[in-house]
Amino acid sequence: MTSETSVPVLVLGARSDIGLAIAHRFAAAEHPVILAARRAAELDADRSDIALRHGVEVTLAEFDVLDTAAMADFAAQLSPPPGIVISVVGAMGDQAESEASLDAATLVMRTNYEGPALILGHFAELMAGKGSGVIVGVSSVAGDRGRASNYVYGSAKAGFTAFLSGLRNRLAGKGVHVLTVKPGFVDTRMTEGMDLPQRLTAAPAEVAEAIFRAVARRRNEIYVRRIWALIMAVIRNIPEPIFKKTQL
Amino acid sequence: MMHRQVLSGWGRYPQKHCMVSAPRDAQELAGLAGHGGVIARGNGRAYGDSAVGGAATLDMRRLNRMLSFDPDSGVLVAEAGVLLADIIDAFLPRGWFLQVTPGTKFVSLGGAIASDVHGKNHHRDGAFGSFVEWLDLMGPDGAVKRVSRRDNSQLFEWTLGGMGLTGIILRAALRLRPVQSAWIRQRTIVAENLRAAIDAFEGAQEATYSVAWIDCLASGAALGRSLVMLGEHAEADELPAAYRAAPLSSPLKRKRRVPFDAPAKALNRHTVRAFNALYWRKGCRGPAETLIDWDTYFYPLDAILGWNRIYGRRGFVQFQCVVPLDGAERSLAALLTETARAGQGSFLAVLKRLGAQESRFSFPMEGYTLALDFPANPTTLALLDRLDRITLEHGGRFYLAKDARLPARTFHAADPRAAEFVAMRQEASLDRAFASGQSNRLLL
Repeated sequence: MTSETSVPVLVLGARSDIGLAIAHRFAAAEHPVILAARRAAELDADRSDIALRHGVEVTLAEFDVLDTAAMADFAAQLSPPPGIVISVVGAMGDQAESEASLDAATLVMRTNYEGPALILGHFAELMAGKGSGVIVGVSSVAGDRGRASNYVYGSAKAGFTAFLSGLRNRLAGKGVHVLTVKPGFVDTRMTEGMDLPQRLTAAPAEVAEAIFRAVARRRNEIYVRRIWALIMAVIRNIPEPIFKKTQL
Repeated sequence: MMHRQVLSGWGRYPQKHCMVSAPRDAQELAGLAGHGGVIARGNGRAYGDSAVGGAATLDMRRLNRMLSFDPDSGVLVAEAGVLLADIIDAFLPRGWFLQVTPGTKFVSLGGAIASDVHGKNHHRDGAFGSFVEWLDLMGPDGAVKRVSRRDNSQLFEWTLGGMGLTGIILRAALRLRPVQSAWIRQRTIVAENLRAAIDAFEGAQEATYSVAWIDCLASGAALGRSLVMLGEHAEADELPAAYRAAPLSSPLKRKRRVPFDAPAKALNRHTVRAFNALYWRKGCRGPAETLIDWDTYFYPLDAILGWNRIYGRRGFVQFQCVVPLDGAERSLAALLTETARAGQGSFLAVLKRLGAQESRFSFPMEGYTLALDFPANPTTLALLDRLDRITLEHGGRFYLAKDARLPARTFHAADPRAAEFVAMRQEASLDRAFASGQSNRLLL
């Protein structure tokens, strides 16, 4: 890809703390940015903030990750088309609720797997046609192994991680790069009030920086804080007979 | 969501347990505004307890978006949590700088307005508030009022310098200054004593910027010896060829960080005396005129992140007063004599000529302002009490953004406007809604 800085970046789920931080980071490197979210008009103050601080063009786009029927049109109307598409879409939901209610579980699965996978898959097809592009999916360490405390969310993220891995495999020779991001704990609105260990918790700007660098270096899969790679390696390798009795 | 936290100002003295909340948007803020006894806090650069809440502190740093900029008028609209550093980062490359800046760029827009901060150009351009076109102020009921010189003008005027006690500053329109370069032409005048320093200031009324570093340990014939530094924004064609191609960019400086609290004794009269002597000699020997980048010129201390730690764990206090122009030499001599006599070296001693300013509660008035830093300990606190008295005797007044320890009696005696401020707060039912450690201490 030549003149990388002029490549427009599409952030799906731009309202989130991580999404905005990513938008700022790429805008600081002079990328035009498209902020996509539900009720996108409410992001106008963030749009002007990013545009003023970094002197780039920032546009808003209405996007609902559950509205799969509208996805093709959504992608088609973006002009110029984005060269880098980053999905930060996700919602943890409430595990107990997801156990008790089929609707709640469905929403978590669709929000964390179906929606993000479909939209990134669609953009990947468009990019493959042109022979260039970068797809970034923000998945989760929760997808590395299902645990009692959040396996509905975790399984959806596991599916998303697997989807990204397959996509990367298929498009490896076609000029389209796919990056999987597993942030670990992040200090955001979603985790506000939780008592998170400081050493394991990244700031949104730190996640954004890690993604920015990983895109530049064409990394395949990253944990934002390296310690998470170690933690998850341990968790993945605990034998099931023992694991099923743990409370993690 | 509120959590408990130990808070202090930049001086790290005094420290207080406090309920803190960091709202993400105006809506969340509106839900907190009526809590009672709240104060908005920006980046915590006021030295004392100005931004430590009476009952709760509202951390405004998440409300930090820039909303619009008009390149014709140079007016930027931004939320209160935006830092002056952010404004410079975004706008200096496009040829705009702040009209007024204090000695650190790490203050928030809201904090700069609430303290009505001044800069090295106060004698010519006035304080920060002079360049605020309007601001949005949230009351205890969460309702937002736009106040300006035209609409709700009284509330607007009370808010400039009102220390956050008139409401929560949510956003503001700030006029910026067009500049041709990121460089300042600095001229240094060596003043052998106080008289010479005052003469240098009075002779430099036309200079855009003027400020003096003053050797507060010098006494006798050398009392008040100073390096008076004048500055002008350099025009593009005044730059050497190497800078002329990109006049608005300046070399990136490495930030240093103070990695630990210095032992309490590190700054004492001997080390400060040695430093002052060195600095003085360097100033005398150096070239009279130099070209320096904006960051070094306006914010020399910002290059050392966390410099407040050099005063050790107990923190430090700053004394800053302004004395009237008439009799300024005698007033300053009395203050400096007392400081030199106590031998409590102030590492940072700054003298500055202030211009006339009409304002309801802001610090500046026509005269000379003297700022001195001291480690917080019983000896220096006793010295500050003596400096208070001298200031009072000479008709001076005190800067709330620097204050951590003034008694209410002293403040009210120095500033008759305080009574009007209190009456205004009571009448508008703001006194219970907004309170800081400082306002409680000073009975504001």
